[in-house]
Amino acid sequence: MREIDYISAQSVSEAAALLDNHGDRARVIAGGTDIIVQVREGRRDIDVLVDVKEIAELTAIEYSATDGLTLGAAAPCYQIYGDAEVAAAYPGLMDAARIIGSAQIQGRASVGGNLCNASPAADAICPLIVLSATCNVQGPNGSRAIAAEDFCTAPGQTALEQGELLVSMQLPAPTANSGAFYLRFIPRNEMDIAEVGAGAHVQLDSSGQTIESARVALAAVAPTPLYVPAAGDHLAGKTISDELIQEAAEIAQAAARPISDMRGTAEHRKHLTAVLTRRALNGAIARARGDN
Amino acid sequence: MAKKRIISFTVNGEAVEVLAEPRESLLEVLRDHLRMTGSKEGCNNGNCGACTVILDGRVVNACIVLGVECEGSEVTTIEGIASAETGLHTIQTKYLEHAALQCGVCTPGFIVATKALLDANPNPTEHEVRERLAGNLCRCTGYDKIVRAVLDTAETMRGEAG
Repeated sequence: MREIDYISAQSVSEAAALLDNHGDRARVIAGGTDIIVQVREGRRDIDVLVDVKEIAELTAIEYSATDGLTLGAAAPCYQIYGDAEVAAAYPGLMDAARIIGSAQIQGRASVGGNLCNASPAADAICPLIVLSATCNVQGPNGSRAIAAEDFCTAPGQTALEQGELLVSMQLPAPTANSGAFYLRFIPRNEMDIAEVGAGAHVQLDSSGQTIESARVALAAVAPTPLYVPAAGDHLAGKTISDELIQEAAEIAQAAARPISDMRGTAEHRKHLTAVLTRRALNGAIARARGDN
Repeated sequence: MAKKRIISFTVNGEAVEVLAEPRESLLEVLRDHLRMTGSKEGCNNGNCGACTVILDGRVVNACIVLGVECEGSEVTTIEGIASAETGLHTIQTKYLEHAALQCGVCTPGFIVATKALLDANPNPTEHEVRERLAGNLCRCTGYDKIVRAVLDTAETMRGEAG
């Protein structure tokens, strides 16, 4: 591994100042499961790692039924799904947190890190998008909020500007008759990167028969995790039926623009997009109805 | 060269102090500085689990943790699984009984991961065993025997505890 320096920042402002001073020669380390490998393999050319795990705001997991979830960007997956209240409130996010890598990876890797690594195949980003998460970012010029769907700009690239770091993600409190679901297809049984992933969130009316609003997002079918507003727009205000769900799945399929690689062909990814979108929507509807 | 740091932490209950570069992984600190070579380097990128150790109660891949991140931490390695007084751990005895190893390179990681798995869940299903050990790869294709050894260990240890 190339030589690097390591600084454990003790506050958000210290971390932001370090990132600002070092510019693109510095990178944040949270769980390190991506960045250490990238530096070792020469895929990220940096001089300094800024550890943020000693900063309270970055590791806090705060939930209330009225204000929702403030999820510290460096909180590891096992702590997120290990929090019974958070796991019960956001099963759609847990779908992802429980399948990112192995037990060993989940002991370190964070949802915020998954976001900042900005892989098109990232499992946690689709749930954040469909759950309408906003990313709390702080930099030398103060703080701002970025919608989850606007955070990734290209493979490995984010909307963060020089000196900015992701502090936390803010998720609205779950409402009655709502549900979210994420699933992926992988060539192996466990511990692989998505060939395609699909996340969905639905808000039903009190009868559980009509969709008031919906959000759909896809992984590994575009240069970034892909929010598909047209799929949600098509569902809004309509009565649930197999045909309606299939139409939304086909809209998602049309929005997908995948490539072929070692995990699958573009054609197979297109096929999977419709299948997984349908399953994600049906899973979200089942949860909204309290069926599981 | 980036300045070396003194890192103080605990390995298998013993306080240790090493002088290491920031770029050195926990695995390098264990193997090269502390001469604890039980944890193996397989892929060195977090896929194979041969370097699995327990860090502050959680299984991690020591190859993708930096030594400097471990200041003040408690680490359990394969060297801390057997005890001087009572000999091999039940996990180790069962791996031997079931012939759950061939070349043995993945075995330390599997045993540490098994320890963490059974500490958290003393009565796992076969599916849970396979899922929680999915981060440990065996290229001699010995998974079936490993899973049987783990399930037998769990049953034996529950009997001992009861």
